[in-house]
This record gives sequence, C-alpha cells and structure tokens, in this order.
Amino acid sequence: MSQHSAGAAGHGHGHHEEHEDHGSLKAYVIGFIISIVLTVIPLLVVFQTSMNKTGVIITIITMAVIQLIVQLFFFMHIREGEGPKYNVMALIVGLFIVVVIVAGSVWIMSFNSVVQ
Amino acid sequence: MYASIKSFASSFFVTGDPLIYGADVSIALTSIAILFVLFYFKKWGWLWREWLTTVDHKKIGIMYLIASLLMLFRGGVDALLMRTQLALPNVHFLQADHYNEVFTTHGTIMILFMAMPMMFGLFNMVVPLQIGARDVAYPFLNSVSFWLFLFGAMLFNISFVIGGSPDAGWLSYPPLSELSGSSGVGENFYIWGIQISGIGSLATGINFIVTILKMRAPGMKFMKMPMFTWSVFSSSIIIIFAFPILTVTLALLFIDRYMGGHLFTMDGGGFPMMYINLIWMWGHPEVYIVVLPAFGIFSEIVATFSRKRIFGYKSMVFALMSISILSFFTWVHHFFTMGSGADVNVAFAIATMAIGIPTGAKVFNWLFTMFRGRIRLEQPMMWTLAFIPCFVVGGATGVMLAVAPADYQYHNSYFLIAHFHQVLIGGVVFGYLAGIYYWWPKLFGFKLNERLGKYAFWLWNIGFYVCFMPQYALGFMGMTRRVYTYGWDMGWGPLNLVSTIGAFLMGIGFVFQVWQILYSVKYGERDKTGDPWNARTLEWSIPSPPPMYNFAVVPVVDERDPFWEEKERRNFAPAEPVPVAKLEPIHMPRNSGIPFIFAACWFVAGFGFVFGWNWMAFTGLAGVGISLLVRSFTYDTDYYVPLEEVIETEKAAGRAV
Repeated sequence: MSQHSAGAAGHGHGHHEEHEDHGSLKAYVIGFIISIVLTVIPLLVVFQTSMNKTGVIITIITMAVIQLIVQLFFFMHIREGEGPKYNVMALIVGLFIVVVIVAGSVWIMSFNSVVQ
Repeated sequence: MYASIKSFASSFFVTGDPLIYGADVSIALTSIAILFVLFYFKKWGWLWREWLTTVDHKKIGIMYLIASLLMLFRGGVDALLMRTQLALPNVHFLQADHYNEVFTTHGTIMILFMAMPMMFGLFNMVVPLQIGARDVAYPFLNSVSFWLFLFGAMLFNISFVIGGSPDAGWLSYPPLSELSGSSGVGENFYIWGIQISGIGSLATGINFIVTILKMRAPGMKFMKMPMFTWSVFSSSIIIIFAFPILTVTLALLFIDRYMGGHLFTMDGGGFPMMYINLIWMWGHPEVYIVVLPAFGIFSEIVATFSRKRIFGYKSMVFALMSISILSFFTWVHHFFTMGSGADVNVAFAIATMAIGIPTGAKVFNWLFTMFRGRIRLEQPMMWTLAFIPCFVVGGATGVMLAVAPADYQYHNSYFLIAHFHQVLIGGVVFGYLAGIYYWWPKLFGFKLNERLGKYAFWLWNIGFYVCFMPQYALGFMGMTRRVYTYGWDMGWGPLNLVSTIGAFLMGIGFVFQVWQILYSVKYGERDKTGDPWNARTLEWSIPSPPPMYNFAVVPVVDERDPFWEEKERRNFAPAEPVPVAKLEPIHMPRNSGIPFIFAACWFVAGFGFVFGWNWMAFTGLAGVGISLLVRSFTYDTDYYVPLEEVIETEKAAGRAV
C-alpha cells in the first residue's frame, strides 16, 4: 500500500463533468415513437381484430420483447460506456435467471399430472 | 357521531388483550420521552442536519445498526412470548390467534427487519473503508434505501397496535393469507411493510455492486479485494436477482386481496401452490443473502486473529460466487411434500446437497487459516470459534432435510425449526455479532468491554444449545411447528421446558450486550491508533472513527492485505504522517432531506393501501412522485471540502505535518 496523490481519480461524485454523452434528443424521440407503436399494435389487435387467443398472446409477447430491446438501446444506453461490459453481463445472468424461474415453475407445477 | 367514532376506533386499534394495552402504554411513554428530550435539549436541528438528511455511509450504517438492534429486541420478545406459552402443556398465556400473530411477526421481523438491516449496516460501515473509497457509488440512493427500510419496518410494526398483526406465517402462504383466510388488514400490513423496505433492499444491492465494481482504490484488482468485500459482492448479486421475485409475488397477492383477483385463491382457477413456488424462489436465495456476508466477516476475523493470510483465498472466492448462482436452484426443498414427483424432488435434493460442498470448503479454509496461526481469543474471534461447530451441525441437519424421502418425516416439525435456527443464529447472528464487535472500534472509536462481552457470549452460546438441541428431539417425537399448545399426554413437556430456559438465557445474553454497549460508551477502551486489533485491511489504516471523507489521501493497493504488507515494510513502527502539501480539497456529496420525505410519502401511501383508503394512498403516491421530480431538478448535489478543513482534521488526528 502506498499513497495516491491525485485524490480525484476514480472518486468522482461529480457525475456531470465526467460522464459521457447521455444520448441525443433524436434518439429519445425515435425510441419513444417506436415504443408507442409497439404498445398500440397489441391494443389494436385485442380491440379491433378477431384474432384467436393463441395469435393474440403471441403478438403481445413478441411486441413486448421487441419493445424491451428497443428500450435497452434507446433509453438504457446498453452500447455506451467504456471498460468491461458489466451491464451486458448482468443482463445475461438476468435472462438466465428468468429462464430458470419460468421453466422451473412450469416443470414443478405440472405436478398435478404426476400425482393423478 | 360519538358512536361512529367509537366503532371506528374499536376496529382501528387493537383491543382486548392486556399485553397489547401494556404495549400501547410503553409505546406512548417512549415516544413522549423521545420528544421531550428532543425539545428540552433543542436537538431537532441537530437530528435533521446530522442524521435524517445524511448521505454519509458511516452514519447510515450506524442508523441501520440501531434500528436492527431495536428489531432484534422486538423479535426477541416475540420469541420469549412463544417459549413462555410452550413451556408447559395446556398453558393459556397466549390465545391461539395471538400466538399466530406472534410467530408470524417473529419470523418476518427477524429475517427482513433484523438480519437484513444489520447486514446493510455492516455493508455501509465497512465496504467503502475496506476498498479505499470516500463513500458508496450512489450516496443519495443509499439514504433512500435506509429510509425506505425504516418506514417499511415501522409500517409493519404498527400493525401490532393498529389494525391487527398479520397471522399467516412469516411467508404468508395462501389461501390463509387471502381474503378468505385473513379478512383483516394484517396481511396488508405485511405486504406493504415488506414491499416498501424491499425497494430499499434492491437499491442497496445495486448500490454496493456498483461501489465494488467502480470505486475500488487504484491497484485493487478483483483478486486483491478483501474477503468481506467479495462476500458483499456475491450477496448483492443475489439481492438484485432475488428481490424482484419477492416484489412481484407480493404484488400478485395484493391484486388478489385488493382487486379481487384469483391468482392464488382456492376457487376461480387460482393456484395457491404457485405462490409457495414463487416466494421460495426469493426465500431460498434470501438465506444465502444473509449468510454470505457472515462468511466474509469470519474470513476477515480468522485472518486477523490468527495473524495469517486467509488460507485458500481463490477457493473462498470461487465458493462465494458459486453459492450465489447455486442458491437459485434449491428452492423446491422447502416444499418437497407438495408431491411433485420423484424427478423434481431428486433434482432439487441433489442441488441442495451440492451447495453444501462450497460451504464445507470454506469451513476447511477457516480451520487451515487457524492452523499454526498465532491465535488471540478476543471477542470477535470467540464468536467465530463458536460459529464453526454450530454451523457444521446446522449444515449436517440441513443435508438430512435435503434427502427428499426422509423430509416427509421432518417437514414442518420442530426438527426443521431447530435446523434453521441453528444456521441462522449460529451462522448469521453469530457472524453479525462478531462483525459488530470487530468493527465497533473503527466506527465509534472505542472497544466494547471484554468482561461483559464474555458473559454475553457464554449466555448466548449455552442458551442456544439448551434451547435448540431439545427441539431436534421434539421434532422426532412428532411436535409440529406453529402449535400453540399441547396436551400432557404427548410427553413433550420436559424438553419444551428445557428449551424455554435456553431461550431466556439468550435473552439475558442480549441484556448483557445492551449493558455492555452502554457501559463501554463511558468506560470502553479508547482506540487512539486506528488499528486496535493489529489487522490487515485498509479500513484500519485511517483514524477511528474515520473523518467524514474517510481517506485524506487515496491509497494505492499493490497486494492483498495491503495494510498488513505496509506495516511489515515499516517493521510495525508508527506510520509517517503525510506532508500537508500532498493534501487536496475533497469532493463529497451534499446532504439531502428528500430521501426522508420520499420514504415518509411511501409510508403514507402504504398505510392508505392497508386500510383501502384510496384518497390517502394516492396522496402518498403523489408525494412520492413530487419528491422524485424535485430530485431530478436538483443540480447542486456535491461540494468540495476546503483544503484548510482537511488539513485541520488530519493534523488533529496526528496524520499530517
């Protein structure tokens, strides 16, 4: 252990001076419009069409997943930042846990068919 | 008019039980006493400026610690009420419904409002100091987390005297927790108390992950981090993936109760077991959330008091990280008896046993650290030594419970009760107490009295075994959990009486610890050196208590146990003071009152939802929104501590010339 003279390095609470760009207004507006469109589509499908139940569910889930990705890129700045991609790693672990939760629950909760 | 007020009050306040009236009186007297002291000594400004608005991680840590000790008292009183009720057959000290409330609040408080905040207190008190940082990554968010926890805990606790406590068990299983099973407001208190403090817990998890990733001193690579920091990192990873599951599960339960949903009801296509499946996806990782930091604490203490490096550093890191992932694959062992078939039960039984392997590896690492070490038996080390055999026995009974076919015998018996108290008290509580004894001098500048601490230690330890060993036997004799009384013919009387005696011994141990703290405030051995234990990590290189900015000069780290290496280099001679020319103004976050107000608004919203008063709930939510907006437009969030102030503080501590 020795001592570090430049006290400021790596200890910034001064978020405004050292942060990189938070994305342009254009990117936010585009992201916002795409998100609105992706929200309106399932609404229209439910209220204005007579698609069957499976079709409706698939449409809603697809639109939701696309919107998730859109928001990650346009609002959450997933591409930005230097150094190790901790946010991408966290997302991958998160997705993995989601798969465990959903697949695990389906598997465990199908016990009715086992017991009967 | 009078009649309507009277009928409102009789359902709003809990009535009928002399114990409750006693609590009412003591709550009123305590509140009056606190208000009197604040007015009489004109301490309101001090309280607001120094504590309620602080963003200093050390002060937030101290507030977590105080709150968790109060909650330990409340949960402990619940435990003693239960043990008094069960001491002899056919006792009617508590009625059945009151007993249900007491075991529910005992469990909920001990896990969510005692263990979690005590853990967050230790996170806050230690991690930034240990990695050479001046605060956490998001100091404002840190304050938000604390106040959300505190207001959530208060919301849960007032259910005791207002509206009625929850009584469906610490995890509120439906259908008991549905409107059909609990039509009162108790379960709403449970849901909102935990939801509000849960947001805070999630934010703390995020905060410490970012702190550890981004705020380490220059040169502190991942494999040079102290073990406690590693354990906080792994615990925070579990927090950010597990707590959302809890939030969603309780939100679904609230939809059932508030909006007439049928997600977990018995009728209308509901599926109660799905709640149990979901809540244990949080519940099992939760026990690893609280125990991993305890492992980190033991690792620090064993190395310091054996005067050796920790044995098997890399295997320790590997064990922590693999536990944090494996902990998500064991949840079904809490409901093997649901009967989901051999394939499911076997898979989760094996996963449960597998998680014992990294845990066992850590026990060997601690033992080998002590092997040929120069062991000093001071208070933190005593708790560590008591932990090892206790946790090994608790772990072994855990493996017994993991055997799915055998679990049909143990499930929900006192064998299970004894097992999880053994790992939670022997592991988590002993660990946090060891950590408090270890880091107390750093935060407060004095050691806790040794003699009183030893009385407390032996009372806790003897009390523990006297209390819980009989419960293993009671489990085999057929006693199930949550029974409020039993007959003479069961033959459970003698062992229950022994168990109750043990519980009171632990209670007396806690009283000794309170006395120990009060006594040491006045007479405790003052720490002038900043390094009372001859320790190894960075937090001991600064004065006790640390200045507000922690490190006047940010340290550069080039090895593990950096402070120990530095001491060896200078042959344990006193450290050279820093020349004044090396000091600079220090960049620090500004205090803010918004977190307190924000959390108070959540409390109002939660209280409104509990009673179904939408006007109040939405007023509270509006306050939440306004607080967020005000914060968004606050730009003056940081400042520089002037150089003169830094020089003055450092000179006063004898650290600068």
